[in-house]
Amino acid sequence: MTPEELLVLATDICSLAGDDEQMEVAVSAGSSTSVRVYGGDVESYTSADSSGAGIRVIVDGREGFASAGTLDRPILEGLVSDARDNAMFAEPDPFAGIAEPDDVDPVEVDAWREETLELTADERIARALEVERRVLDGHDAITGVRTATFSDAHGAAALVSTAGIRATDRSTSVSSMVQALAVDGERSQTGFGWHGGRAPSEVDFDFIVERAIGRSTGLIGSAKPESATVDLVLDPQLSATILGLTAGTLGGDRINKKRSPFVGREGESIASPLLTLSDDPTDARSVGAASTDGEGLACRPVPLISAGVLESFTWDSYNARKAGTRSTGSAVRGTRGLPTPGVHALSASAGTAGSLEDLISSVDLGVYVYSLAGLHSGVNPVSGDFSVGVEGRMIRDGSIAEPIGECTIGSTLQRLLLDISAVGSDRTYMPSGVAAPSMIVSGVRLSGI
Amino acid sequence: MSNLLESDVVEAVLEAGVAAGSEFVEIFVEDVARRSVSLDDRRIENLASSRDRGVGIRAVVGDRVGFAHTSDLTLESLLAAVETAAAAAVKGIEPSPGVSADPQPAPAISPTVQIDPAEVPAADKVALVRAADEAARAEDDAITQVSARYAETRRRIQVANSDGVRSEDDQTRTQFSVTAVATGDAGQQTGSESIGNSVGFELFDRNDVTELARHAAQRALTKVNARPAPSGTMPVVIGPGSGGVLFHEACGHGLEADLVKKGASAFAGRVGEKVASELVTIVDDGTMPDEWGRYAVDDEGRPAARNVLIEKGVLKDYMWDGLRARAERRPSSGNGRRQSYRHLPMVRMTNTYLAPGDQTPEEIIAGVDDGVYVARLGGGQVNTSSGDFVFGMTEAYMIRDGQIAEPIREGQLIGNGPKVLQMIDAVGNDFEMGPPGTCGKDGQGVPVGDGVPTLRVTELTIGGTSA
Repeated sequence: MTPEELLVLATDICSLAGDDEQMEVAVSAGSSTSVRVYGGDVESYTSADSSGAGIRVIVDGREGFASAGTLDRPILEGLVSDARDNAMFAEPDPFAGIAEPDDVDPVEVDAWREETLELTADERIARALEVERRVLDGHDAITGVRTATFSDAHGAAALVSTAGIRATDRSTSVSSMVQALAVDGERSQTGFGWHGGRAPSEVDFDFIVERAIGRSTGLIGSAKPESATVDLVLDPQLSATILGLTAGTLGGDRINKKRSPFVGREGESIASPLLTLSDDPTDARSVGAASTDGEGLACRPVPLISAGVLESFTWDSYNARKAGTRSTGSAVRGTRGLPTPGVHALSASAGTAGSLEDLISSVDLGVYVYSLAGLHSGVNPVSGDFSVGVEGRMIRDGSIAEPIGECTIGSTLQRLLLDISAVGSDRTYMPSGVAAPSMIVSGVRLSGI
Repeated sequence: MSNLLESDVVEAVLEAGVAAGSEFVEIFVEDVARRSVSLDDRRIENLASSRDRGVGIRAVVGDRVGFAHTSDLTLESLLAAVETAAAAAVKGIEPSPGVSADPQPAPAISPTVQIDPAEVPAADKVALVRAADEAARAEDDAITQVSARYAETRRRIQVANSDGVRSEDDQTRTQFSVTAVATGDAGQQTGSESIGNSVGFELFDRNDVTELARHAAQRALTKVNARPAPSGTMPVVIGPGSGGVLFHEACGHGLEADLVKKGASAFAGRVGEKVASELVTIVDDGTMPDEWGRYAVDDEGRPAARNVLIEKGVLKDYMWDGLRARAERRPSSGNGRRQSYRHLPMVRMTNTYLAPGDQTPEEIIAGVDDGVYVARLGGGQVNTSSGDFVFGMTEAYMIRDGQIAEPIREGQLIGNGPKVLQMIDAVGNDFEMGPPGTCGKDGQGVPVGDGVPTLRVTELTIGGTSA
């Protein structure tokens, strides 16, 4: 369905709202195709159309929500009654409600590439097979590829509310992934390579192949290191991981519920002066860029941390009302879930410390981090406590040295931000939607033997 | 239960798939209804319901799988889907008929629940989360924040394939979780508890949510007064219940036939070998009554089974789904599962546990001079090919001179699955299943259970945050 058709459908359903009701109708429809290859042949080829609807109703300050994986008219009408039923048992809340339009105009973001719709089955299969072959041929130690995939999708969405919100959106996406296996004595090492964009031409296949080979073969012979205090060298992807966790603690819902280490610290220095961080969904170079947020308000740049000073949190309309401020256009959601504050296109400014290689050569004793494990269980977004597994290579006297694993780094998110001692000039837009440079975090405790 | 799809529609679609050149065709129909109530910050934050219904059609030729899914259940749409799936599978390959068919399983269906959650008024569900909120807050003034969530799922499935399988199941799951935040001088700490069973609303006749809430509050209070975990290598005693997740992640995944066949498992080619301490027997059992990972038939229509994976340290067998079993001409072990009709099935665990031994928990702890007791293990991550894992400890204590001593907080357990299996030197005579879990693999989540008795590992690395 086109965005316009979805808008008509959502408008129809929203017209069912009673005089004393606020209603918001989100609908989406799309198609996706994914091919997985293994051993030089197709393992699976999946194609699908999917659709979804989510309806939010607020009556007398009580909110209810219902969703379904279809756009069938009778089911959508049923959802309206389900959402009303759910609202009856919710707690009245003076701040509950949908977003009211504000005076910020949306910046047009074109996330649609016709090129993506022109992909044929043969092309998809050929691309996935080529990634697999390039990884297998790329290094003597590569003994297999667990899986290689090529996926693409296109979809459209519309949001209509009784407050006068009418927003549409359409996008295409393409990605490819490979998992390489390298033999390492009796065990094997896995290397994961992934990249994506809005069109096949935006996918960096060289990066995928090199990453999978480098990460798997680079860990051969890895051993538990001696415990030490080290400098962590993070490439743009790993920097993005740490900055993404940071952005997660700056959500207005967490602030209202006092579940963040940064509650009440606006205007204070919470990070190294080298760090400037914002959410900028108006930057079309990010795949996270969007015209409107999950409540249909215009996306706008939100400064989060400027030269180490905490500038702002991210707000959706409910949490903003509750905190006595205004939405920053930061509502994120899927059609089938409720909006919460978050970031669309997180962006860290480039520094002046040069390339990743420059950062590595500046370190006496450090770890060039390949991956962090256990982020879900090891990072406490309430206290900021941080304890995660790490794999990578030691850095000794400015050079990459032996591979390490089975070890952890322990700190707090607050400490890590303050201890950023260098920010690279190599700011990179990543397929996750984040733009970040390489960084060094100094004086981190590495626990091994 | 009435069929989700009429049998004449099913037969027509299967016939069309075979006529299009597939060696094997399967129709998976699913209808899922979910409801949830969540409370946070003293407020009923959200009541939500959702409905999903659709069909996934799989066509297989050789090792190739074509898959198409749709939420449109008309015959026309299903025939289009089977054409798409078969075309993708057949592409460029000559079909080679003659693969032996799986024996058709006896029809089975999960037992009817005692109290259908859908029939329970929403007010009763709201009352549960409120009761948990009040009980946790009443525990101590230091409890500054509470969230609680109730959720129910009814999932009906129907599976039919060209090997003659015609199965259906009706799965109801009910769960409840509560998280308390305690605030102290050193900041905030959280404590969580959750329960979940493959039962209806009778879950709350068997479990008291206020008691659950008090436990969550106590866990947060303990942590707020705890010192940061140390770092280093030491003996670790893992308490009963939640430690099962370690064996699920660090060993179970390596015993899934799809990973084994791709050489992505440390256990590949080792059936019949001693891979663990003699004290170790690991079982995956999809038939355990009421447990979270239980079902009558899997998502390929095969009956759930009890599968002994490791017996007294010796690797007995892997877990199998229908497709890999079919290629090996052996029966499926009933482990073919998928997140939804939008996903292809693959080998998944059900309820995975390490069987109890004969030592008392006290004896096991008494054997440690200086170590760590993990009362509650949290989430983790494992690299299945190397077996390396990282798990968070959500409640842990030092062991000093054979006694449980002061609490510690926010540490990770780091180790290697195959090595840990060799380093288990004591297994307790107690046993508990842990909290309900969701296992993620290749982007698909399915409900799983796990459990362990008290057990001791001679050496694990603790990654703490203390200086």
